[in-house]
Amino acid sequence: MALLFAILIVFILYPVMRVLWIALSDDAGNLTLIHFANFFRRPLFREALWNTLVSGLLVVVFSALLSLPLAYIIARYEFRGKLLLQTAATLPLVIPPFVGAVALQLILGRSGMVNLLLMRWFDMTLPFMEGLTGVVLVQTLHFFPFILLNTVVSLSSIDPSMEEMAQNMGCHGFRLFRRITLPLMLPGFVAGSLLTFIRAIDDLGTPLMLNYKNLLAPQAYLRITTVGMDDVDGYVVCVVLVVLSLLSLFAARKYLGLTEYATVQQSAPVTRRLQGKKLFLVWLLCGAILAISLLPHIGILLLSFSKVWSFTLLPSAFTLGHFAEILFRAPHFIQNTLLYSLLAAGLDIILGAAIAFLLLRSRLPFRNLLDAIATLPLAIPGVVLAVGYLRVFHGWDFPGLGAPLTSSWVILVIAYTMRRLPYTVRASYAALQQVHISLEESAQSLGANRLKTFAKITLPLITSGLVAGGLIGFVTSCVELASTIMLVPRIELGPISYGIYIYMQSPLGRGAGAALGVVAILLVSLGTYLTHRIFGGRAGNAFRI
Amino acid sequence: MQPAEVRVDGIGKSYGKHWVVRDVNLHIARGDFFTLLGPSGCGKTTLLRIIAGFVLPDEGMVYLDGRPMNHIPPWQRNVGLVFQNYALWPHMTVYENVAFGLRERKVARSEITQRVGEALKQVGLRGTENRRPSQLSGGQQQRVALARTLVIQPGLLLLDEPLSNLDAKLRIDMRLELLKLQHDLGLTTIYVTHDQEEALALSTRVAVMNGGRVIQEGTPRQIYEQPANEFVAAFVGKANLFAGKVLQTDERLVEVQTDDDLIIRAALSQLDIRAQPGYPVLLSVRPEAMQLQVAGGAPNATNQFTGHVAASAYQGSFVEYEIQLPNRVLRTYETNPRTKNLFQRGQEVILAFAPDDVVIVRNG
Repeated sequence: MALLFAILIVFILYPVMRVLWIALSDDAGNLTLIHFANFFRRPLFREALWNTLVSGLLVVVFSALLSLPLAYIIARYEFRGKLLLQTAATLPLVIPPFVGAVALQLILGRSGMVNLLLMRWFDMTLPFMEGLTGVVLVQTLHFFPFILLNTVVSLSSIDPSMEEMAQNMGCHGFRLFRRITLPLMLPGFVAGSLLTFIRAIDDLGTPLMLNYKNLLAPQAYLRITTVGMDDVDGYVVCVVLVVLSLLSLFAARKYLGLTEYATVQQSAPVTRRLQGKKLFLVWLLCGAILAISLLPHIGILLLSFSKVWSFTLLPSAFTLGHFAEILFRAPHFIQNTLLYSLLAAGLDIILGAAIAFLLLRSRLPFRNLLDAIATLPLAIPGVVLAVGYLRVFHGWDFPGLGAPLTSSWVILVIAYTMRRLPYTVRASYAALQQVHISLEESAQSLGANRLKTFAKITLPLITSGLVAGGLIGFVTSCVELASTIMLVPRIELGPISYGIYIYMQSPLGRGAGAALGVVAILLVSLGTYLTHRIFGGRAGNAFRI
Repeated sequence: MQPAEVRVDGIGKSYGKHWVVRDVNLHIARGDFFTLLGPSGCGKTTLLRIIAGFVLPDEGMVYLDGRPMNHIPPWQRNVGLVFQNYALWPHMTVYENVAFGLRERKVARSEITQRVGEALKQVGLRGTENRRPSQLSGGQQQRVALARTLVIQPGLLLLDEPLSNLDAKLRIDMRLELLKLQHDLGLTTIYVTHDQEEALALSTRVAVMNGGRVIQEGTPRQIYEQPANEFVAAFVGKANLFAGKVLQTDERLVEVQTDDDLIIRAALSQLDIRAQPGYPVLLSVRPEAMQLQVAGGAPNATNQFTGHVAASAYQGSFVEYEIQLPNRVLRTYETNPRTKNLFQRGQEVILAFAPDDVVIVRNG
C-alpha cells in the first residue's frame, strides 16, 4: 500500500503538482496568478485557447453526426453486412492519429489525390487539410468510434419494455425516440463525447504533423522544447490544458452521476430485420463509412510502398526499400516499441491488479485517494506529464541508476505505464467486481489461506480482465506520441511513434515513416483483435470511461 | 370507459418451426378477471403481447369489443399494460411517469394534474410525485406502474406477472389490493402468472396453458377440483396421481387396480364412465383429502392403506407428511395440527380417503 502510494505520488502526483506550482509561483516562491494574467493578455495564447475549445467541440459535433445514425442502425437492426459495418467503424482506432494525418495529406491535401482530380476536372482545389480544418477532419475520423461504441452499448442496454410501455401509452415514431429512447441513451453518448473531447484537445501529434501550431498542446510543446525548460509560459499552458480536461471530466461525471440508469435488462433487445430499399440505403451508408474510415489506411499503405509519389494520383513507382530500411537498417524503432510497451503493459497489469484488489477487498484508509490518483492520468495530457517528468527528474541522478532518469529509456516505460494505468485499474476493478466475495469465502472456509485463495480462485477468474486491460495499455502505448517526443533521450532509443515523427520531417523519409506506420497499424490491429477475443462482445466497454 | 370484451380466435404464433402459441380460442367477458396460468415458456406472455399488439400472430384474430385488432398498432388499442419489471422510465419523476399517457392523449394540463393526483391517491402514493422511480421501494414502484396504466382508463388491463418481483408477504397484500381495485373499477383484466395460488385467489376464470396451447379453461374451482388431465392436476396444487386399469364398476363406484398394486375405489357420480374392465384410467387425490390414523389391526375399509411416515414438515397451519407405502410415496396434509398429535418419522400409520375425493382425471 505504502509502496503503491509512493509510486503513484512520485510518478503522477508530484510531477503534475510541480508543473502547477511553477505556473502559480513567482521567482521568490510566492503564490501568484500573474502568469495566468499574462497568459490571457497575450493574443497568441488567447487564440490558442479559443482554437482548442472550438476544434474540440467541432470534433465532438461532427463525430456525433457521423455516429448517431450508425449507432441506431447497429443497435436496432439486423442485416447482412452488419459485421462489416461494425468492423469498419472500429478501424480508425487502429491507426494512430498522426499517422492518419500524414495519410490524409496525401489524399485530401493541397497536392493530394482528391485535389488533383478536382484540379483536373474543375480547375479548383478545396483546402480540406489546411490549418484547423485539417486538424478537425483528422481527429473526427480518428475519434468518432469512441462516441459510436459508447452510444451503441447504451442503446442496446435499454430494456425493450421501456419503449413498449410508451407505445402502449400511445407514443410512437419520432416522438417515442425523443421522449424515451434519446434520454435513456444519453449517458453513453455523453461519456463517448467527453472521451472524444479530452483526447482531441490533448492530441499533440495531429497538429504537429499538419504543421498547425496555434493550439494549446503544440504551444506547450514548442515553449518547452524551443524556448526552454525554464519558460513559465509553457507550464501555464500545461495547467490550462489540465484544467480544461478536468473540468469536462467533472462535468460529465456529475451529469452521469445524475443519470446513471441501472436498467437491469430483462429480455434481449429487439432488433428488426432490414430488407429491400431500406437495406440498400443502409449498405450505401456502410460503403460510405467504410470508404471514409479506410482512407488513411489506404494512403499510408500506398506511401509505404511508393518510390516516387508527388503531384500524381497514385505513386508512379513502387519499392520494398522502405520496409528494408525499417526492418534491417534501423530496426531499433520496432524493437524499442515492443520492449517499452510490453514492459509498460506488464507493470500496468501488476499495479492495476494490486490497486483494484486494495479498492475492493480491503478496508484501508485512503483507498479512495489511491483510486483518484490512479485515475488522474485520464485527464492529464501526455505533454503535461512529460513536462513534469522533465522538470522533476532532469539533472537529478536517480538512485541506483547513476544518471538522471530522463537520460535513460526507462523514463519512457514509466511514462507509458502511468499514462495507461487507469485502463488496467478499470479492467481489474471490473473483473474483480464480478468475483463475488462468497467465492473466496467458501474457499477459505474449506481450508485455503488468503494467498492460496487468491492464487487458486481469484486470479484465474480475473486473468482475462487483466490481460485485456494490459492489451489496451500495450496497444495505446505503441502509438503514444505526445510524451514520447518530449522524453526520448537519444534518437536510437526512440520507439515507432518517434521514428515516424523523425522520418516525416524530411520528404525523403516519408516512405520509411509510412512503413513504420503500417507496422504500428498491424501491432494495434493485433492487440485490438486479441482484446476482442478476450472481451468478446463487451469490447466496447474497454473504451468507456 | 366501458370495460372491454375480448375474443381470441384461433391464435397461433411460431418462431421458425417452433410454435410458441397454437390454436388458442378464448372468450373474456366484460369485467372478467381472467388468468393465463402456466409454467415458464408455455406461451402465456406471448399471448398477452399479441393482445397488447407487440406481436403479430401468424394465425387467427384478436377482437376487442368485436373489432378485429391484428393490424391496429399498440398505441391505438387503448389497452393498459403492466410489465413484470414495471418499466418505469428512470429519467422521469413519478408524476411525469403517470402523466405520460395523458400527455400523449393531449389531455388539458389542469385535468392531467387532477387525474394524476387521483391515480396516485388510489394506490396510496400521494406525496411521491417528485421522486424518481429508483428512490422507491419495489412495492411502491409496482403501485406507480399500476397508477400509470389505470390513469388512462383503459378498457382492458393486461398484467404480466406483476407481483413476481415482490417479496412473499407484500405479494399477498398487493394481491388483495389488486383484487379490490379491479372490482371497484370493473375493469376487464387479463393476468399472466405461473403462480397457481395467485391464479386461484384472484381470478373469475383461469386458462391453464402448456406448450403453447390452452389445456383447460374454467373457474378456479373447476380447475382445482376437476382437472382435465394429468398436467393440470399436477401443476395446479399438489396431487397424488395413480395410473391404473378398471377392475369392475357398479352404479356408484369404480374399482381400479393401480400400477403400483393398490386397489382404489372412486365415486362414479362425477363422470359418466362406462368403462369395461381393463380400461386404463388416471386418478388424482389431493393431499388434504387424505386422513392419517394410528395403525392398529389390518386395514379393511375402502381406500385404507398401511404405511410409515417417511418425512414430515411442520408448516404452522398444517403438517405435510410423506407416507411410504410398499411401492410408492403419498403426500398428505394434516390441517390445524395444534389440536392433534403429530406422527413421528418411521411411525406406522393408516392412510385413508373417501371415494368422493378420488377424481378420475382421464380415461382413455
